[in-house]
Formats: sequence, C-alpha cells, structure tokens
Amino acid sequence: MVSDKSSEQTDSSMPDWSAYRGVLIVVEQRDGEVKKVSWQLLGEGKKLAQKLEAPLMALVIGDGVAHLAEEAVHYGADRVYLCEAPELRTYRTRPYSRVCLKLIEEAKPEIVLFGATATGRDLAGAIATHLPTGLTADTTQLDVEPPPSRLLLASRPAFSEKMMATILCKQYRPQMATARAGVFQALPKDTARTGEIVRIEAGMREEEIAAQVLDFLHETGKINLEEAEIIVSGGRGLGGPDGFAPLAELAAALGGVVGASRAAVDAGWIGHEHQVGQTGATVRPKLYFAIGISGAVQHTVGMSNADVVVAINKDEKASIFQFAHYGIVGDLFKIVPAITAEIKKRRTLFGMPLPGADSPAAGAEAAAEGSVSQEVNMAAQERSEAR
Amino acid sequence: MLHIVVCIKQVPDSREIRIDPKNNTLIRQGVPSIVNFYDMHGLEEALRIKDEHGARVTVVTMGPPPAEKGLKECISLGADEAVLVTDRGFAGADTLATSYVVATTISKIAETWGPVDLVFCGKQTLDGDTGQVGPGVACRLDLEQLTYVNQVVNVDEVKRKVRVHRLLEDGVEVVETSMPVLITALKELNKVRRATLPGMIRAARYKPVVWTTADFPNLERAKIGLKGSPTIVSKTWVPEVKAVKTQMITYDTAEGAAASLAEQLWEQDLPARLGWIS
Repeated sequence: MVSDKSSEQTDSSMPDWSAYRGVLIVVEQRDGEVKKVSWQLLGEGKKLAQKLEAPLMALVIGDGVAHLAEEAVHYGADRVYLCEAPELRTYRTRPYSRVCLKLIEEAKPEIVLFGATATGRDLAGAIATHLPTGLTADTTQLDVEPPPSRLLLASRPAFSEKMMATILCKQYRPQMATARAGVFQALPKDTARTGEIVRIEAGMREEEIAAQVLDFLHETGKINLEEAEIIVSGGRGLGGPDGFAPLAELAAALGGVVGASRAAVDAGWIGHEHQVGQTGATVRPKLYFAIGISGAVQHTVGMSNADVVVAINKDEKASIFQFAHYGIVGDLFKIVPAITAEIKKRRTLFGMPLPGADSPAAGAEAAAEGSVSQEVNMAAQERSEAR
Repeated sequence: MLHIVVCIKQVPDSREIRIDPKNNTLIRQGVPSIVNFYDMHGLEEALRIKDEHGARVTVVTMGPPPAEKGLKECISLGADEAVLVTDRGFAGADTLATSYVVATTISKIAETWGPVDLVFCGKQTLDGDTGQVGPGVACRLDLEQLTYVNQVVNVDEVKRKVRVHRLLEDGVEVVETSMPVLITALKELNKVRRATLPGMIRAARYKPVVWTTADFPNLERAKIGLKGSPTIVSKTWVPEVKAVKTQMITYDTAEGAAASLAEQLWEQDLPARLGWIS
C-alpha cells in the first residue's frame, strides 16, 4: 500500500475524460432529515469545483425530500438532482445504486463524494464496482490538481491513523471517495441562493427489490460522537465505571455527549460506542474535555481537531496537556463537579436554557446514557418519537 | 444443505505498528500477522448457522502462501474446506481488483462444492480499513448485500430469507432479504469460539486447496493485481501534531478553577459558538 506505484502509469496513457465535469455530492438522509456530513461535503465540494471551474452538483434520493434539494442549493449546490419515489423512502443498496449509476452515466461528474457512513460506504462500494472506477475510503483531506490534470487528491489516514496516504485514480472516471463526518466545514446556509433542481426517475419498482426494511430502532445506546459539538471524555484516571457519573453530569449541563479513551473502554467501564480515537470515533467538536486521559496517540489522533480542548489530569506531565488549550492539574472528582455547577450557574444567570428544554437535540439526546437526568431522557425520547 | 463462504484476510495487526520517530517510517518488525478480527466474527456466525441448520462452510483468502496459517485457524474452529488463492499476479491489488479475484474464486467454489447461499466478510480489514471488498464481491456476483450486521436474527432455509440487524450511526435497522446474500460482520455479531482439540488435530493435518491464475482460465489479466487497480498511492506522510498553546489554570479551590475556566471559555465567545445565545 505504501510504495510509490505512480511511476507504473504514465499520463500519456490517460484516456480522454473531457466529457466528465463537475463535482457530485450524494446527500444522505433519514426520514427527510439530512446527515450533516452531506452539507459538510457540499462545503468542501464547492472548493474543489471552484478550482476545477466546474459545477457543484448534489443528488437527493428519498421520498418527500424535495425540501432537501432546496437546502442543498442553500448550502452551495449549483444543480441538484432530485429522485423521489415511495420505494426510495429508506435506503436500500439496489434501488439507490440504480439511481446513482443512472445519474452518473447521464450527468458525468468527474468526482463523486459520499459521507463515510455505513450507508455511504455501502452505496459507494457497490457503485464503484459496477462502473467500475476507483474508490478511496474515509478521506479526511481532499484537493484537486488544477486543469488540465484535474486529478482528485484523496487523502486518508492509514495504519490506524498513524500515517496519511494520498490516493489517486488516474485511469477511470468518475473519481470517487467517501469522506468522514465532522472533518469538512459546511458553508453558512444562504437561503437567498438559487440553483437548478432537476427531477429524475427512480429505476426500480418495489416488486424488483428483495430487501425489506422492517423496522428502525432509534436510540439504542449508540451515540453520535462524530456529529457532537461538545464531548466530555474520560479515561483511566476515572478509576472505574462510577467515575463516568460526574462526566455525564457535566455533559448534560453542557448539552454534550460522553466520550472515552480506549483504556476506559477496554477496562469495561463504558461501551465501545463512546470510544474516541483509534478504533473508535474521530471527532471534531467545538469543545472537548479530556478528563483523566493521559493523551496516548491512540486517543489524540481522534480528538486533536477539536476547536477548544480542556484537559484535567492529576499528573502535570501528562501528554494530554500538549493538546489542550486549557489545562487543570488536580483531582477530577473535585474539579469536574465544580465546573458542572459553574456552567449551570452561568447558563441560568445569562439566560441560556439548560439542555432538556429546547437546546439543540443532538447533544442532549446522545447524552441520555445511564446517569443522565430523567428529564433529559424523556426529552430525547419525545424527539425520537417525533421523528 | 446451506453452503456458506467466509472471506478472510491475513493482516498485520496495524494496532501494533509504530512509527519510527527518527525517519517517520513504519516499524513493521515484530508486528504479528493475524486473521482480520472482523472476518473471524463472520466465520463464527457461519459456524453458528452450521450448528443450527447444518451447512457446508468454505473459507477463502487471497494472499501470499503464509496466509495458509489463517485458513488452518478457521479449519480448527470448524470450517469444512479452505481455499488459498495465491499468485504473484495478484500483488498490488486495490479493492476493485481484490473483489474481482474473490468473486471469481467464489464462483469456482460454487462450481466445485455447490451453489453458495451466504457469503460472510468482515466489515473492513485492519490494514486497509475500507469496507469496500464486501460490497464489491456482492456487486460482481449479483448477491443481496447486508453490511454492518451486528445480529443475524433468522435464516429461513425454506423461504430462503435472511433477517438481520444492521448497526448504523443513528440506530439499528431490521432488514430481511433473500438468499444468496453477502453479509459483512461487526464484532458485536458474536463471540468467537475457541478451537477444540479434534479441530486442532484436523487443522494440523489439513492442506488448504491452492488455486493460482492457472486454475482460472477465463480470468482477465487486465483486471487483477496492480494493473487492475484504478487507485494508486501517490504519497504517504506522518501527520504533524498541531502545536497548541496551553494555558494552565492555577487555582486555590476547585470552585476557583471552575470559575476561572468558565471565564476563559466565555472570553473565547464559546456560548455564542455553541449556539447557547444567538
């Protein structure tokens, strides 16, 4: 994987791909609610499209999702392809890949990007094989070479995040990649922006589709770390599963979610779904607390892109402080509850409603894990049902 | 009787790979080679279905001759046959070229031991981390595809249906589809069994079936190995650690520390950035 193979193929052998122009983002949604990564990809796609002097396109697939086509324009798309049909209500590999393949054939984008979610990876893997073309998984950096080469430089972590690799697809079009959630920035929503919305036909009838989605269970203890804006993580320094209780309270006061280092997960103190870092989630929250976490590279690869990092550790030499904007050396069992109280006080004082009332759903909902207040749990439940 | 194929890959345990700080290269020495652990959960599920329904379980891997070791491990757990597809021509394959060879091999397995009803793959490998070979194989063999499966609820031999739970970012999807189907396994799928003594004895004596390009007369040379791989690695580097200016908070009491931290965060306009105030 790591050897330089590019010398094997020379540019002179490049086929003529001039019919392929523009960047296509495949938008992911559930029940008409978009996955944030889709708008993040439109933001990044815009940069690529501008360098290529080509249009930014989006593909919205579902049932009753016309509003998302308009939103895609507001988030930067020049042209949105909209495919609505009852049989496309929930994602299924075959009908969705049929729509994508048909569109790729007709619209001929030179780059197609998907979120590196379960759905995005499922779909992209099928499409790339069918076309066929190259597909780079889980990218965290995207760039293009300016015309005439127009090559997508798709970079991704390799070897458990210890290295980065840039991957090219010279011989085939479109160039495809899945990209991680929370890495790229969405553009500010501009409702004044206008663009073209093109309706396209679904390619399959229900009778032709074997897969039947029987049920979807929201909120199964799985938390969405990747999209969380505030994460309060704990590690070995917590000393045991009970150590997470004050962290959950701080997370609830902030409207955030609870994360953990591999040490805490491996010790069985908290579930793997909370793990940040290597073999866990790569996160990019606005505020990250690392509490009782030493700061091993296995953890920091997953959180070093947080906007603001606060580290609390009893060991002043802990390497986590090298990644922290603010450091507090001391007893976490005294300091964390004090911060929780201070945050609550300030939120009340400055008229910022506490989570559980009407704060952004994502945080409070995901915080509903064990030791968080009943109130938060119920609010999350209501929102869950409302969807 | 059901015929289940399990795809495995022998990988360096990338969790053990370190970077040499002197020259920023990978230290591969002493890194153990293991069967990609997601694949083992695929094997375990195949063996559970075998225990419950009766099935033939065939394991396949594409790799260099030492990959035989992983196949023997699968035999020791209860797989019936193991196939090693190995050829210098396969070297340098990306996911597209790999899925071509694996799919072609599964077709040959079906010709040799009977039609295949279920294929298991791991959700991704530890060394590649792409999760693309499973969907690639499903696409090439025109199989139904169920990725990220954390529970196989039911296998109905008569109706030829499989019902599973797929663990997604935002919940669990219950989905049913028809066989033949390819399933990619999460580690939550099951707990992998240990080898029994008779299993180990069988594995020690077992010689995997070895196929090379010569065994696939119709294999298209342009689709295998480096030549059949559209993606190329043009550059690798070790990411630099971002230098962060750390402000240590000095304090007398925990309350004082909390107040001081909050003061700093408020100065950074955090409430507005977090959307607490408009």
